[in-house]
Amino acid sequence: MRQRLGRLAVLLPLILIATAIAQSTSQLRLCLRSEPKTFNPVLMADDASETVRYLTGGVLMRLNRLTQQLEPELATSWKVSDGGKSITFTLRSGLHFSDGTVFSAEDVAYTMQQLMDPALHSPTGDSFRSGEGKVVTRVMGKNHITVTFPAPVVGLDKLFDQVAVMSASSPQKEMAVLGPYYVAENKAGSYLILKRNPNYWKHDAAGRSLPYIDSVRLDIQQNRDTEMFRLVRGEIDLINSLDAEYFDKLAAQAPNMAYDAGVSLDSEQMWFNQVATSPLPAYKKVWFTSTNFRRAISESINRDDLVRVVFRGHARSAISWVSPANKFWFNAKLQPHSFDQKSALQRLAQDGFRMDDGALHDRDGHLVEFSVITNAGNKYRERMAAMIQQDLVGIGIRLNIVTLDFPSLIERITRSFDYEACLLGLVNNDLDPNSQMNVWLSSAENHQWNPSQKAPATAWEGEIDNLMHVQASTLDLKKRKAAVDRVQEIVWRQEPFIYLVNKNAMSAVSTALHNAHPVVLRPQAYWNIDQLSLGSEVAKNR
Amino acid sequence: MKWARVGAIVFLIAISVVCLLADFVAPSTYARQFRDAPDAAPSRQHLLGTDDLGRDRFSRLLYGTRVSLLLAPAAALLSCLLAAVIGGTAGFVGGWLERFVMGATDLFLSLPWLFLLITVRAMLPLNIAPFPSVIITFALLGCLGWAASARVICADTRSIKDSGFILLARASGSGGFRLLWRHIVPNLRPVLFAQFWISIPVFILTEANLGILGLGVAEPLPSWGSLLRELESFSTSFDQPWRFAALALFMVVVSCFHLALQKQELPA
Repeated sequence: MRQRLGRLAVLLPLILIATAIAQSTSQLRLCLRSEPKTFNPVLMADDASETVRYLTGGVLMRLNRLTQQLEPELATSWKVSDGGKSITFTLRSGLHFSDGTVFSAEDVAYTMQQLMDPALHSPTGDSFRSGEGKVVTRVMGKNHITVTFPAPVVGLDKLFDQVAVMSASSPQKEMAVLGPYYVAENKAGSYLILKRNPNYWKHDAAGRSLPYIDSVRLDIQQNRDTEMFRLVRGEIDLINSLDAEYFDKLAAQAPNMAYDAGVSLDSEQMWFNQVATSPLPAYKKVWFTSTNFRRAISESINRDDLVRVVFRGHARSAISWVSPANKFWFNAKLQPHSFDQKSALQRLAQDGFRMDDGALHDRDGHLVEFSVITNAGNKYRERMAAMIQQDLVGIGIRLNIVTLDFPSLIERITRSFDYEACLLGLVNNDLDPNSQMNVWLSSAENHQWNPSQKAPATAWEGEIDNLMHVQASTLDLKKRKAAVDRVQEIVWRQEPFIYLVNKNAMSAVSTALHNAHPVVLRPQAYWNIDQLSLGSEVAKNR
Repeated sequence: MKWARVGAIVFLIAISVVCLLADFVAPSTYARQFRDAPDAAPSRQHLLGTDDLGRDRFSRLLYGTRVSLLLAPAAALLSCLLAAVIGGTAGFVGGWLERFVMGATDLFLSLPWLFLLITVRAMLPLNIAPFPSVIITFALLGCLGWAASARVICADTRSIKDSGFILLARASGSGGFRLLWRHIVPNLRPVLFAQFWISIPVFILTEANLGILGLGVAEPLPSWGSLLRELESFSTSFDQPWRFAALALFMVVVSCFHLALQKQELPA
């Protein structure tokens, strides 16, 4: 008995010390929808990998998600020159990677070489590819480097927000990082633990090392229901992106945890197949290439109802291809197309369409009926399609909704072109409109309604081509803005994409997490990760 | 147990009749959207509330049940006919034909059904109105669901063919088509019925699976699959118990089918 008591007397203080240590370390917990495919920052393309890159990667400059302005990080200053072909950085001195390796201009040169290596096919590097030729880096001392591209790169400085600098000499290779955290543990398919980078360079106003939170636990969790339950139970601290249904549920249960940052950059749109070689009947090609027809469809869709019913008010009627969330580039002169079925019928009448017994017929007597494809499993798109179907009944059009598995849908819209209309969304991460060159140029593969044209099929597509080239070839912001405004106007008028809604950016943040200011740009809830603190950290700060 | 079986049959008949009369019983059409009252709670106007688009849930349940309850037996009939022809012929002829057909059946059974359905469905023409599309979906189910029944029917045909009374029939001069039609097919009838009844809940469940994936019956036509999709996010449904009406009815109907066919299964 005495022996047992003796053991207990030794163990009890140990247990108490261990508990105290555990309590003093703070951990932010959130979920990833899938496992990160890679930890190499130049190869990242999936959401989970990008989350890890954001939390671990050190960048030369960072786009402040709140102000939408660039701020210095590893580079204290930079200068774009040579008409947008070159950029010179002055780097912060005395910095070290998470494993202690010294940071220098050589690391930036190495990162650029990896980024632009054609053998690696870096998705991040693609945004820097402006023309044929090699990217040249010139290291001028330990803290100065110039990177020269073969042709001008528009919005060059902002692109560096996505480039996490890698070490040229660390034995840990890409696992040595300059960001606030480093990957300490990776249990495949289950969780990742990121620990505070002991060499992170930032300090708060009081001189305390950042980040405040000691570690981040990323649980792999596909099921959104489970994620929501875990948040409410306090097992995780935030959900970066919520949909309208979950947002409303949370707002009813715990209103101080639900954040709606307002309209985001993402859009939902519908378009008609205008490919000349598609296997559609000739009379349908005539309908779909008619501006009057497209505008009539657009005017017959009640966008306000889509916003109110499908998105429960957490969206905004879309106007054109630049979202109102994009403060600088959005053309504020444009207004959403109003719901006006009378005007729609007048437009259709101009093209020879007529109503017979409540059904619309074209000038040759064909009944106006078409199908819209969308990806199966996305309930918001399916609901939008059902509402559009009902709206089009008002102008005598029968719409058939077809939900397809995603590979079949992609096959139809990119290869066989065997579809009539498509309803999809565009997730946009980049503020600069230049990132959408691959959509708006008529020769582009993602010019979805009629891709890879040898010459512009219409005069307005030719004008868009010219304007997009103008905005891509000058650094004069005024000139660029004027060109982009005009493209928005043409798209608004011609409606090759019938823009429906811009969804709001909604997040959930635990009340225990301080300093969180969810915004519309990704990553919405933890964009200021090094400033976030949990309750215990706040107490420590005080 | 007998009473349970009778009760199940009566319930199935009653529900079928109510659904057949949906045009008269339902307070509104399945497609009408009451956009000012989306996701509404039950009321006098909407007995089971409205769905996310404001459509009357009770009306959609009636029409959805009609779709699933009428077309699943049709698909089951199609698959049983195919199984009877394929399995019956293989069992009757025997030899290399039986080995070949059974090999093909094994291959067919090893294919993942759901992926096969998704692939075949993706290849169909797009411009099909909702009602023909639902018929095509169930026809596909019928065409792809014959293999398991064909194996049973083949084995049974072989066993009947080798039985004593067939030997007697042969000895008395019967052969070929007459032997098949007069002696074998009548003795296969209980197996065929059992396979038919067993297939109905299987097809209902398969359509529900497709519907939950969003690949079932096209909008705006409802089916059990599309109605059950409403429950995919449990956390947003659990405090609205009326949303579970479709699930409750679905479970009761499938259970009734199992109860009703118990007696048929025994001799098979």
